[in-house]
Amino acid sequence: MENNGSHITEYKVLVRILLILLFCTFLTIEITSFNLAAFTVTVALLIAGFKSYLVLAYFMHLKYESLLLKILVSMVFVLFIVIVLITFIDYSFR
Amino acid sequence: MSEHNIHTEEHRDDEASKLGMWLFIFTELLLFGGLFLVYSIFRAQYPANFHESSLELSVTIGVINTVVLLFSSMTIAMAITAIQKKNKKLTLTLIGVTLLMALLFLVNKYFEWGHKFEHGLYPGSELIQLLERGHHLYFSLYFFMTGLHALHIVVGMVLLIICFVKVNKGSIAHDKFVFLENGALYWHLVDLIWIFLFPLMYLIS
Repeated sequence: MENNGSHITEYKVLVRILLILLFCTFLTIEITSFNLAAFTVTVALLIAGFKSYLVLAYFMHLKYESLLLKILVSMVFVLFIVIVLITFIDYSFR
Repeated sequence: MSEHNIHTEEHRDDEASKLGMWLFIFTELLLFGGLFLVYSIFRAQYPANFHESSLELSVTIGVINTVVLLFSSMTIAMAITAIQKKNKKLTLTLIGVTLLMALLFLVNKYFEWGHKFEHGLYPGSELIQLLERGHHLYFSLYFFMTGLHALHIVVGMVLLIICFVKVNKGSIAHDKFVFLENGALYWHLVDLIWIFLFPLMYLIS
């Protein structure tokens, strides 16, 4: 069922993604209510990363886009992580 | 198939339009990325102040707005499914629901900010300048980042209203919906930023 070569995401898939996203949100709230210092931040950011993957892949249809676009999007995130790392290295050895 | 192609087909390149939209989204991501970087550096510098300040925010309002945005992200994604399935009425309804959710988000934000303004907590206020440096930085970043995000909500609403009109007129249809796709991409970007903004501002303390 190809339509102009573009993929149709079924309604139920989108509902399922929303449910996972909501579950992750409440999971984050639960986890951050315990004070586990640096561990809390890491876990909260990991969950946020997973949530953004779901939004990018399914809501933004990236899963069904060209390889070029997938690489470009990943590169932006890699670039951001590199910038953060370099800034923190600079900041902590000053 | 092939004899239809001889017809005067309007010149368009959906792949290129989408790529253009994505390039614009990259600039937006890096804009907010820079702000997140500033946030992380100051958070590392003033952990105690940031912790105390974040307790001032209402987690309940934050959670409601998160749910609202995630839900609206799904409805606009569904609008694309609906237009692909040639269901114009459902597409309009779903864009309408998304707009309603956006409005709900802004109303929530209005009450949240209004509450802080009543207590004399707003950018440039006397109170905020008397605060310790870490508190001052936290609230400045909070107002700037959520404010810039709210501005994006308003821009997204304008885009979605244009989509609504275009679908209604028929200039967005099952065989030419790239404008709606791009509008939806922008809306998802707003959601994407909030996914990081919410835990960092409201939860991690």
